[in-house]
Amino acid sequence: MSTTLAGSLAVAVQVLAITLAAPLIVGVNRQVRARLEGRAGAGVFQPWRDLRKLMRKNPITADGVILASTLSVALAAASGLLVALLPLATNLTAPGLRGDLFVVVSVLLLGSVLIALIGLDAGSAFGGMGSSRHMMVSALVEPTVLVAIYALSIPVGASTLSTILAARMSEPASIVSPVSALALVALLVAVIAETGRLPVDNPSTHLELTMIHEAMVLEASGRDLGWIELASWMRMTALLGLVANLAAPWGIAEEFTAPALAVGIVAVVVKIAMLAAVIGVVEIFLAKLRLFRVPELMAGSFVLGFLAVTASYLTVTP
Amino acid sequence: MNVFLAAVSAHALVLALALLVALAAPPGRGRNLLAGGACLLLAGSGTVAGWVALTGAQGRISVPTPLAGLDLTLVPTPLGGLFTLVAGGVGVVCALYAIGYVQGASASRTSWSAFAVFIAGMMVVPLAADVVTFLVAWEVMAIGSTVLVFTEHQARASVRPAGLWYAVMTHLSFLLLAAGLGVLAAASSSTSFADIAAARSSGGLVSIGFVLAVLGFATKAGAVPLHVWLPRAHPEAPSHVSALMSAAMVKMGIYGILLLTRLLPSGPGWWALVVLGLGLPSALYGILQASVTSDLKRLLAYSTTENVGLILIAIAVAMLTPTRPGIAATALLAALLLTISHAAFKTALFLSAGSVLHGTGERDLDRMGGLALRMPVTTGVLAVGCLGAAALPVTSGFVAEWTLLQALIHADAHTDRLTTAVLPLVMGVVALTAGLALLTFTKAFGIASLARPRSPGAATAHEASPSMRVAMVVASLGVLAIGLLPGQLIRVLTTILPPGTARATGSGGLALPGADAALDPTAIIAFAVALTLPMVLTAYRLARRAPRQRSPLGWGCGGVRTSSRMQYTATSYAEPLTRVFADALAPTRDVTVTHVEESRHALQSMAYQQQLVDVVESRGYVRVVLLLDRVGDWGRTVQNGNIHRYLAFSFAALVVVLIGVLQ
Repeated sequence: MSTTLAGSLAVAVQVLAITLAAPLIVGVNRQVRARLEGRAGAGVFQPWRDLRKLMRKNPITADGVILASTLSVALAAASGLLVALLPLATNLTAPGLRGDLFVVVSVLLLGSVLIALIGLDAGSAFGGMGSSRHMMVSALVEPTVLVAIYALSIPVGASTLSTILAARMSEPASIVSPVSALALVALLVAVIAETGRLPVDNPSTHLELTMIHEAMVLEASGRDLGWIELASWMRMTALLGLVANLAAPWGIAEEFTAPALAVGIVAVVVKIAMLAAVIGVVEIFLAKLRLFRVPELMAGSFVLGFLAVTASYLTVTP
Repeated sequence: MNVFLAAVSAHALVLALALLVALAAPPGRGRNLLAGGACLLLAGSGTVAGWVALTGAQGRISVPTPLAGLDLTLVPTPLGGLFTLVAGGVGVVCALYAIGYVQGASASRTSWSAFAVFIAGMMVVPLAADVVTFLVAWEVMAIGSTVLVFTEHQARASVRPAGLWYAVMTHLSFLLLAAGLGVLAAASSSTSFADIAAARSSGGLVSIGFVLAVLGFATKAGAVPLHVWLPRAHPEAPSHVSALMSAAMVKMGIYGILLLTRLLPSGPGWWALVVLGLGLPSALYGILQASVTSDLKRLLAYSTTENVGLILIAIAVAMLTPTRPGIAATALLAALLLTISHAAFKTALFLSAGSVLHGTGERDLDRMGGLALRMPVTTGVLAVGCLGAAALPVTSGFVAEWTLLQALIHADAHTDRLTTAVLPLVMGVVALTAGLALLTFTKAFGIASLARPRSPGAATAHEASPSMRVAMVVASLGVLAIGLLPGQLIRVLTTILPPGTARATGSGGLALPGADAALDPTAIIAFAVALTLPMVLTAYRLARRAPRQRSPLGWGCGGVRTSSRMQYTATSYAEPLTRVFADALAPTRDVTVTHVEESRHALQSMAYQQQLVDVVESRGYVRVVLLLDRVGDWGRTVQNGNIHRYLAFSFAALVVVLIGVLQ
C-alpha cells in the first residue's frame, strides 16, 4: 500500500477513534471528581448519553442569531482537523499534513475564534461576556504556547511534531531534561487555560460572574449544542493527548498495520484517561482564579517557557 | 523597444489622460466612471511596469531637468518592481471600488486628480534610481495623499486636524529622508543608488545617515512612536484612499528600509537593533490600541502599525543573522510575504469598512451588528480580511506569519550573544501580538456582522454597489489565493531572494530549505473538506429529523426583556483587556450615578464614559508641540514691528557676510 494512502487512512482512523473516545475521557474526569467529592457520579458513559440526546433534539434559535448553527458544525470540523494534525495514536501522516506545530496552533486558535463568534452571535449579554473573556485568555496564552514550542523545537531543530516525538522516542533521557520539563509544564498550563479547566475556568459552573465557556454556549440548544460540546471535548482530548505523548512517547503506531494501530489507539486513550483523571483529582483542590488574576498565571507560565528556551542554550553545545 | 520604457511611458500617458478626464468631465456618474476607469488604467500600467521590473527587465529612463547634471532616472530592480506591483494591484482594486463609492467631495475634480497623482507618484518611488528622483516621487506621493486626506473637510470637523497631523508628519518624514539620504550621498559623493551601494562607505557619518533615513521611512510606515498620523488620517480619509494609503503607501516606508539594507549591506550590528527597536513596540502597541478601539477604521489603522512592526521585526532578524544566509533569506522572505499579505487583507478590510460606512452610515463598532443578514457580500469580505489579519489559515496572513515564526525559531542561537539574548524576547512579542490580533479581529467581525443591530443605521443597512462589490471580492480572493497557493507567489519572488531560499512544492505548497520546514495549505484544506463532509451530511440528516425552531427572544438566563441594547459592544468586549493593560493604555473612566430623589438607594440613571487616547500622542507629542509653541513665541519677540530693529538686523547680517567674505 502506498505511504500516502496508508498515512491518510491512519489519520482517519485516529480521528474516528479520538472522536469516539473524547466523551469517555470527559466522563472519566467527571466521574473521578464526583467520587472524590463524595457523590456517586453519573458514570463514565454519561457524556455519550448527553451527546446522543442533544443530537436528536430540535435546536431553538432566537431571532437575530445568524450564523451560530453553521459555526457550531465548523467548530466541530476544526476540532477534527486538530486531531488529524496531532500525532496521537499514530506518527504516520497524510501527505502535506506534517503536523507542523505552528499549523497546529493556528487550527487550535481557529477553534477558539469560532466558539467566540458563536458566543457573540447569541446576542445576549452572557454570550458576549464569555466570548470576550475567552478571547482575552486565548490572547494571553499565545506567548506561552509559542515559546514552549520554541523550546521544544530547539533541541531537534524542527517545529514538526513527528520529528520532536521521534527524537524523544529514540532518546528517552531528553524528556526529563530541564528544557523539556519546563516546556512541558508551560504547555500544560497553556492547555488547561485553552480548554477552560480549573483554575482558569470552571467547566461545571453556571454562575454568571465566573463562567467563560458555559457563557458562550448558553444560548445554544439541541444539536447545535451537541456539536459544540463534542468539539470542545475533542479539543481537550487532543491537547491532553499531545501533552501525554510528549511526556510519554510510547505505544505510538509507526506503521500501518492493524495491531500497531490498535496498540496506538489503546495506548493514547489510556494515557489521556490517566491525565484526565489526574486533572480531575487536582481540580478538587483548586478554586477558580479571579479573572483578573489569570494574566498572572499566564505570565508565570510564560516565564517557565522562557526559562526553557534559556536552558536550551545552556545544555545544547554548539 | 525596451519593455520597461514602454510600460513607464504608457504610465505617464495614462496619467495625463486621467488628469484630463478628472478635470474636464462633467460632474456626476460620468466623471466617476471615466476618471475611475482612467485611474484603473493608470494603476494597471504601473502594475505592468512593476511586473516587468520584477521579472528582471533591463533599461534606464532619464528625464532631463533644467538643472544641469540632475536628471531624473528610473531603473527597474526586482525589489522595486515588487513594491510597484503591490501598489499597482492595490491601486487597480481601489480605483474600481472608487467608481461606485465616491460621492460629494470625494467625487470632485480635485479629489479625482489627487487620486491619479497619488497613484502615479507611488508607482514611481520604487523605480527611482537616484536620491533626487526618489525624493521627488516621494513628495508627489505625499502631496497627492495629503490632498486626499483633506477631501471631506467640509463634512466633518475632525478631518482638518487629521489632515494637519498627516501633512506635518509626512513632511517630517521627507525632511528626515532628505537629510539621511543626503548624508549617504555625500559619503559616497554620488546621488545614484548604484554608486552609493558600490562605494561601500562606512563610519560614523554613514551611521547618522542610516538612522535619519530609517526614521524618515519609519514615519511613513507608521512605526511607533512616529505613527500618530496614521490613526487620525486613515479614518478621516475616504475609504478607497485609506485602503490605498494603508495597503500601498505605508509599504513605501518598508521599501525604503529594504533599500537601505541593500545599499549598506555591511553595517554594524546595532543597526539591526534600531530597526528592531522600532518594530517591537510598533507590533505590540499597535495591536494593543487596535484591540481596545471601537472605531472600525481606527482599529484598522492601528493594525497597520502592528503589521509594519512585524515586517520591521522580520527585516531586523534578517539583519541580525548575516552569518546564517539561509535564515537571513527566510526572514527577508517573511518580510516580503508580510508586506504582500498585509496589502491584500488590508485592502479587503478597508474596502469592506468603507462599504459598511456607506451602507449604515456608522464607523463605530458599538453601533453595528447583524450586518451578515443585510450585507452578505461585505460581511464575507470582512470575514476573509479578518481571518487574514488574525493570521489564521488558509489566508495570506497565516503563510506570512508562519514564515516569520520559522525564521525566528531556526535563527541559530549560537551565532552571537546579541541574537541569543534578543530572539526569545522577539518570539514572545510576536506571539502576544498574534494573540491580541486574534481578539481584535474576532471583535471587529463578530460585533459588526453577527447578532442583532445596535442602531437604526445598522438595522436599515444596504449592500454596496456592483463596482464596490467586485473590487472587494477581488481583494478577498487575493487574500485566499496567496494563503492557498503560496508556492505560486514564491515562483514570482525568486528574482529578489537569494537562490534556494524557498521553493514551491506539490500543489502550490511552500518549502523553506533554510529553515527545514514546509507548508501545504491545499493538502490541509483537502483533508479538512474530507473530514467535514461526513459531519455536514450528519448535520443535514439530523436537521431533517429534528427541524430548527425559531423563537422571537433569546433565552438570556430567563430574561424576558432582552433588547439589543443588552448585547456586548466592542467597548465592553475589550474591557477585560483594557483592565489588564491599564498601565500601558491609561484609560480614563467616568461613572455618573443619579439617584432617585426620594431615596439614595434607588438608581435613576447611570452614565458611563470611557476615553482611550493614544498615550504616545498625549504624553509625548503634546509636550513637543508645546515646546515648539514656546520657541515660536520666543521667536516672535525678535519681530516686534520696529523698523529700527529690522535695520539693525540687516546691518548685523551685512557685517557677518563681509567678515565671511574677507576671510
